[in-house]
Amino acid sequence: MTAVPLRSVRLGPVSFRLRPRVLAVCLALSAVVVAALVVCLTVGDYSITLENVLAALAGRGKRLDRFFVREVRLPRALTAVLVGAALGTAGAVFQSLSRNPLGSPDIIGFTSGASTGAVLTILVFGGGMLSTALGAMLGGVGTAALVYLLALRQGVQGYRLVLVGIGVSALLGSVTQYLITRAELTDALSAQVWLIGTLNSREWSHVASVGVGSAVLIPVLLLLGGRLRLMEMGEDTARALGVSAQRTQALALVAASTLTGVAIAVSGPIAFVALAAPQLARRLTRADGTTLTASALMGAALLLCSDLAALRLLAPVQLPVGVVTTVVGGTYLVWLLYAEWRSGRA
Amino acid sequence: MSLERLATVDADRIDLDDASAARAALTRRTSARAAAHALRAGGLLLALGVLALAALLGLAVGAKPIPPGVVWDALWHFDGSYDHTVIRGLRVPRTALGVAVGAALGLAGALMQALVRNPLADPGLLGVNMGATTAVVAAIHLFGLTGVDVYVWFSFVGAAAASVLVYLLGSRGRTGATPVRLALAGTAVSAVLLGVTNGVVLFDDFVFEEIRFWQVGSLTGRDLEILGSVAPFLVGGVLLALSLGRSLNAIALGEDLAAALGARIGRVRALTATAVVLLCGAATAAAGPIAFVGLAVPHAARLLTGPDQRWLLPYSAVLGAVLLVASDTLGRVVLPHGELEVGIITALVGAPVFVFLVRRTRMPRL
Repeated sequence: MTAVPLRSVRLGPVSFRLRPRVLAVCLALSAVVVAALVVCLTVGDYSITLENVLAALAGRGKRLDRFFVREVRLPRALTAVLVGAALGTAGAVFQSLSRNPLGSPDIIGFTSGASTGAVLTILVFGGGMLSTALGAMLGGVGTAALVYLLALRQGVQGYRLVLVGIGVSALLGSVTQYLITRAELTDALSAQVWLIGTLNSREWSHVASVGVGSAVLIPVLLLLGGRLRLMEMGEDTARALGVSAQRTQALALVAASTLTGVAIAVSGPIAFVALAAPQLARRLTRADGTTLTASALMGAALLLCSDLAALRLLAPVQLPVGVVTTVVGGTYLVWLLYAEWRSGRA
Repeated sequence: MSLERLATVDADRIDLDDASAARAALTRRTSARAAAHALRAGGLLLALGVLALAALLGLAVGAKPIPPGVVWDALWHFDGSYDHTVIRGLRVPRTALGVAVGAALGLAGALMQALVRNPLADPGLLGVNMGATTAVVAAIHLFGLTGVDVYVWFSFVGAAAASVLVYLLGSRGRTGATPVRLALAGTAVSAVLLGVTNGVVLFDDFVFEEIRFWQVGSLTGRDLEILGSVAPFLVGGVLLALSLGRSLNAIALGEDLAAALGARIGRVRALTATAVVLLCGAATAAAGPIAFVGLAVPHAARLLTGPDQRWLLPYSAVLGAVLLVASDTLGRVVLPHGELEVGIITALVGAPVFVFLVRRTRMPRL
């Protein structure tokens, strides 16, 4: 990693470190998100000009425009932004806590628990969207708690937490697979779509639930960001610098898990965003430690652009967004790794 | 349970001025190390015994239970009766395949974790599993081919192609195949392939119907021919893997120290990756992508052996085989009708044992 020039800014009693490259990347990612939002609102089988979009947003204009912009496209796009930001942030926190580039909410079993819960709801109780979300939430929280309790032995040792997570996730993965192989083909397909993750026909109620969750939890995690960066230097160093490691760890773990849960309940376990967004952000900012803001923005941009592609690529067929995130995110990561070794930075 | 503990001798009691005391300490130390080795070798023999028992059970248990005496006769004095045909024709190939696949996956997992030095690494991380799945999906979707014997070659080629891509992507640049870059390259390539297969599966019900069973991993319907066609790769992989123990021990100390000790890091990494592809690719080709064995078995083996790769590798192979054969046997009897795929049972049986082991002991790290 290249050294980032240090610059500190003092505003009255508050002083903080300004990292120009991080700031630039964050601004650029925000611009990407806004641009993609605009495209999402205008483009479609029924295309609407930008003026009409603005008019519809303000509550004026044609009834059909208003319907498409305010009831169909905006909730879907906002869900994508919020879910993406939530997954990106949670992924960065998990990678920082486990100090592992492969770390993601999966390692504490949350995703696999949520998947089993949701698939069980779909296949056994023929669940609708709401009951599926509930099943996912219950499964995820229950599993995460179980993993934490099983790993608890004179405090939680990070390594043991990871291994217990592997074991429990594998067990639940087995159960999910069993359910899928034994179900009727149509039921199995709808469970499979949920497992891939989709944003089709998401409404304001979804925006509200993931919005409230993100509004509460993302700031909490951003506040913890500095301490997490200190803990990456080693727990002893962090403790010497006045960070209470155990408490920070527990708080970050709970907040990040809940955030993942809120996101997954709305969209299904969209693969790869939580894993790739922090890595992509880290490579773009060339920062030494975790950059939560950039990871959140990267997650939002990744999911929104992927959803746009999912909608338009094979229109009128709508792909589940999870198909596109893996292809787009994966290709992007491949390209970044390739660019890294070509420029000799690796 | 740590066998490492025996090798340490209380060093503070050694009086270096006293030559005879030093000699005595050396003897004590050597004999302690020999005792540890003997214990590990004994443990390995015990594990092999358990494997033999599991295999015998695998021959006797099934939809039609066959008494051990008849099993024995069928193996050595084949008389063409129904029972003997069942054993010779169905259960022997299946059990042999289970031993081979389990050992290959356990071994590949241990190698992979040593290669990228990451406890979350499973043998599929090099892109092997997703490459195989993509190739099988392509075979069904594009060419309308189905059948286990067709999938073998498609999945093997897919696995090899994907892992070469991952290795090239991860190993270029100034620093070479660093653990983190390899892991990220594997994740990225696997993700792209996952997206593509998911997309195809959603639009083609027929592919989904076929792939959802292949994807679980199973030993049903495989004959000795399939084992025969992957056997050369498996044998090559096992021999290569077992020869790498000493070099992997050096690499575990970190790149700089390993280089100072004379290990040729780049070569060792390339050979390790080759062994992983041979083993995991062949196992996946024969039985489908079986999760958990390659991920968890090396951790369990490490609890018994400590971090020494020369012991860890054979232990992982034997324990992997035990897990797979025992799971396959259990899968035949657990349901009142029909059977459960071995890929489902491995985790259902293995995970609780794994969690118990992890909870019980202080974890030896990678």
